[in-house]
Order: sequence, then structure tokens, then C-alpha cells
Amino acid sequence: MILSRESRQGLTLISPPFLYAILMLAAPMVMVVTFSFWTQNYLDLDRTPTFANYREAWTGEIFRVLMLRSLMISFFVTIVTVLLAFPIAYFLSFHVKRQKALWLFLITIPFWTSYLLRIFLWKVILGYNGVLNSALMGLGLIDEPLDFILYNVPAVIITLAHAWAPFAILPIFVALERIDRSLLEAAEDLGDGPVRRFLRVTLPLAMPGVLASTLIVFIPTVGDFVTPRLVGGPDGVMIANLIQVYFSKANNAPLATALAVSSMLIVASISLVIFLIGRKIGGRTQ
Amino acid sequence: MNIGRFFSRNWLTGYAVVYMLVLYLPVVLLPLFAFNASTIIAFPLTGFTFEWFGVLFETKALHSAVQNSLIIAVITSILSTLLGTLGARAMVRYRFPLKRGIVGLIMVPLILPEIIVGVSLLVLLMQIGISLSIWTVIAGHVLICVPFSVAILSSAFQGLDPSLEEASMDLGETRFGTFRRVIMPLILPGIISSLLITFTISLDEFIIAFFLTGTDVTLPVYIWGQMRFPTKLPSVMALGTILLVLSVFLLVLGEVFRRRSASRQGQDASATGGLM
Repeated sequence: MILSRESRQGLTLISPPFLYAILMLAAPMVMVVTFSFWTQNYLDLDRTPTFANYREAWTGEIFRVLMLRSLMISFFVTIVTVLLAFPIAYFLSFHVKRQKALWLFLITIPFWTSYLLRIFLWKVILGYNGVLNSALMGLGLIDEPLDFILYNVPAVIITLAHAWAPFAILPIFVALERIDRSLLEAAEDLGDGPVRRFLRVTLPLAMPGVLASTLIVFIPTVGDFVTPRLVGGPDGVMIANLIQVYFSKANNAPLATALAVSSMLIVASISLVIFLIGRKIGGRTQ
Repeated sequence: MNIGRFFSRNWLTGYAVVYMLVLYLPVVLLPLFAFNASTIIAFPLTGFTFEWFGVLFETKALHSAVQNSLIIAVITSILSTLLGTLGARAMVRYRFPLKRGIVGLIMVPLILPEIIVGVSLLVLLMQIGISLSIWTVIAGHVLICVPFSVAILSSAFQGLDPSLEEASMDLGETRFGTFRRVIMPLILPGIISSLLITFTISLDEFIIAFFLTGTDVTLPVYIWGQMRFPTKLPSVMALGTILLVLSVFLLVLGEVFRRRSASRQGQDASATGGLM
């Protein structure tokens, strides 16, 4: 194949980061998949390819329970985060005139503070002597601290929804910014009220951004393991915790990789479905 | 309440204020407990003290964790900005075959769960027989930082007027000379912004470091270890406060440079900037 001068220059330039990604991402991924077909024999690795790990993962109760729970938590987190983020993105795009950059900056600042401490502080907020309980008791709304708000699934959802907020706001904001404002005027001139205009023009045009936020929040949250460890309690354990346990304490790396590969495939197929549905909804306008 | 009213200016402003308060809630608590005299992280606050900051100065293990993290963050930021510059330049300026796939692979760590990146690198290293050290952490951090660097720098390159390069070449500069004397000064703020942001990401990254760190633990891994001991928590809060001030300072600096980059190229500085 003869490449043009431009193609050659472009490929030369991009080859260092590309090779790095191959070496540090693609190769390890291939390794992980290979690994998942091997078995751990106490201290030795048995390199005969087998489906044993997958059989163990898929027939065992624990993988199914934790995977379903992780997916459910991530779905909730995604829905909550995106729904709460949309009005903010809308506000920034349509009502903030000059201070847009400042607002965006203020939104991102809390998320550059230590990730571990942010999660830990939610524990402080939701805890028995926590901020929320103190505030509610101070207001006289409750007499005794509530003990059901920490160490469970809702606590994980609240903490994750907080952690991923800016990742949901930014894509929606960008999509809203791209909307040609004359389309909105046209809708108004043609007799649409604010509600119809929003539903028929703004929302469909913002769909690509909503779709991007949905995936950006959904995919990584399935794999979080710090939040469930710190605020989840026994009922809030997620799939990544299981993978981590098999990796370190149980010293069964092949089973851990089989779990990782299985969950990646599940998350990837769900994301694909979300993507296709999103494209179908938003597709008409593009 | 109908949706039209909800999207009116006043309602939305109120909503935005409440939203921001919730966003900042955990961040505000950090300094509160760092200066609180009680060893228990709970309300009510008992008094003001500098004690927990003093503890930090006496903890040797912390000092070496800070040192490791700083070395990792500096090297990571330089390497990922170098790779990011090349990637962003190729992405913005050139057309080449398989561009979408190549760029996609480089950018995918942005949405990949970090545990997957950590686990897969660990498996590879175990198989090749490389022992864990600060270099293995750097390898992982560079992988997740390059996409950020590409994003920041591609907006810097986008604002670059190609006719400036052509003029420089026509006037007899070499390709390298053009890069050094024309392109480099124009994208320099973008490069600095990328260095600062990737530095901050690396400094704070926990999951990958947790899997790839050897005996030389990084700061977040050290903090994770301390979290199991309730008596250590106030000093962890003090440490977090220092980190908070440091990251905010670095980010403000990065933002200033990013805006300068945008205005130097006559762009709208209020655009979403690097992170999209």
C-alpha cells in the first residue's frame, strides 16, 4: 500500500502514543484473556487452556449476585447523575452569559481533591454521628440518629453519583452549546410554547450529549471498588471487590481475570445496547 | 409544576446553587476536621488545633510516600505530555488511514474502569517477571493521563493557524525550526496546562497505584492504609487539606495557562477547553 505524504507524517507522529497504548493496554488485555483460560494450582499456574474459571464464575451464585447488584447500582447512579446534571448543563448553556468558564471550573474543582478522602467524607456525612444526622437532630426533625443511611446500597449510589457529577455535566453542556439558537427562535415563531420547544428541539438535539454522559458514568462505575469498600457495608459489595479479593487474598489470579473478562463483556454489550437505543432516539435529528 | 417554569431562569439558578452546595459539601468538611481538636471524625466539633498538621511532620513513612508520589507524578506528567503532544498534533493536523481506530485506542483509558487497567497491567508484569516499583505505577499512570493530555493539546493545536507554519517554511525554516520557533511558543500554555493536569491526576490516582505499587507506596496508597486506624484519621484529614490546597493551586494555574493559550490564538476562552 502506498501512503500519501500526509498519511505517512500523520502515522509517524501518532505512532509513539499508539505503540504505548498497544504495549500497555492492548497487550495486557490479550494477556488477561489468555490468563483467564489457565488455572491456579496453589503456587503454580496450569497453562492448559480450560473453561474451568468461566464455569466456576458463571455457575457460582456469588458472581451472578454481585454482577447484578453492580449493574443495578450503576444504572441508578447513571440515571440519578444524568437527570440531576441536565438542568445544570442547561442553566450553564442558556442562562449563564459571561461566567461560563468560571462555573465550569467551580464544578470541576471538588473532583480534583483526593478521591479516597472524598469517599471517606461521605462516610462522615452519612454516619451515625455524621453531618446529616446532626443536622436533622439539630432541626428537631428526628430524635435519634438514623442508622440506615450508611453501609448499604443507597449510600454507594449517593457517593458515586456525587463522584461522577462533572463527567455527566460536561458532555451535555457541550451538546447544548452546539445547538444553533436560531432553531429555537424558529420553533417559537412557528408557535411552539416553551415546553413543546424544549421537547421537540432542545432535548432531541441534546441527546448525543446525554448519551455520552450516560456511557461515561455507567461504564466506570460498574468497576468501582473503593466506594463499596468504604460506604457499602456487607450488602453493598460490588463485582470489583470480588475481583480484587481473588487477585490478592485468595491468590487466584486466573479466576479473577475470568471474572474481569466476563464483567467487561457484559458491560460492553449493555453499553452497546444503550448506544444503539440512544442513536435511534437522537438519530432522527441528525 | 410544569417543565417550562422549571427551566425558567430563577428556578434554575436556585437549583444550581443547591447543586453546587452539595458538590462542595465533602470538600468543606475536610479542613473542618483537620483543625478539629477531637480524635473522632464526627460532630459536634470540639475545638481548634494545629496538632494534626504537626503529626504529619513527624511521620517518616508519610514523607517517603510523598516523595514517591512526587517522583511518579513528575515523570508521568512529562511522559504523558510528550506522547499527548504527538497524538494531538497528528489528530488535528493530519489525515491518515485507521485514524479513528488508532485515536480510539489511545483515548479508551478515559472510560475504562481503572481496576481493569490495573489488573491487566499487573497480569502482564507478573508474566514477564518485572517486579513492582515506582516505574510500574508510572507505566499505568501514563496510560490514563495521555488521553487527558491529547484532549487539552488538541484544543491548543486546533487554534493554530496553518498559514503561520506555511509562512515559516516558505521563509526557509526547517520542519524542526518551525516547530521550535513558531508552533511551540503558541501551544506552550497548552503544554503547561497538560503538565499540571496530568501531574494532579497522577498524584491523586489510587486504584492503579494500589495494584501496581511495590514496596514504595504512593501517597493515596499510604492514605488508604491509614484509613483502617481510627486514631490516624485526623492527620489524614490534615494531609487531605494540604493536598486540596495544592491541587486547587495547580488547577488554577493550569486554567490560567489554558485561557492564555486560547486568547493568544484569538479563541473564545470561555469554551469548555481541554477536558472535552
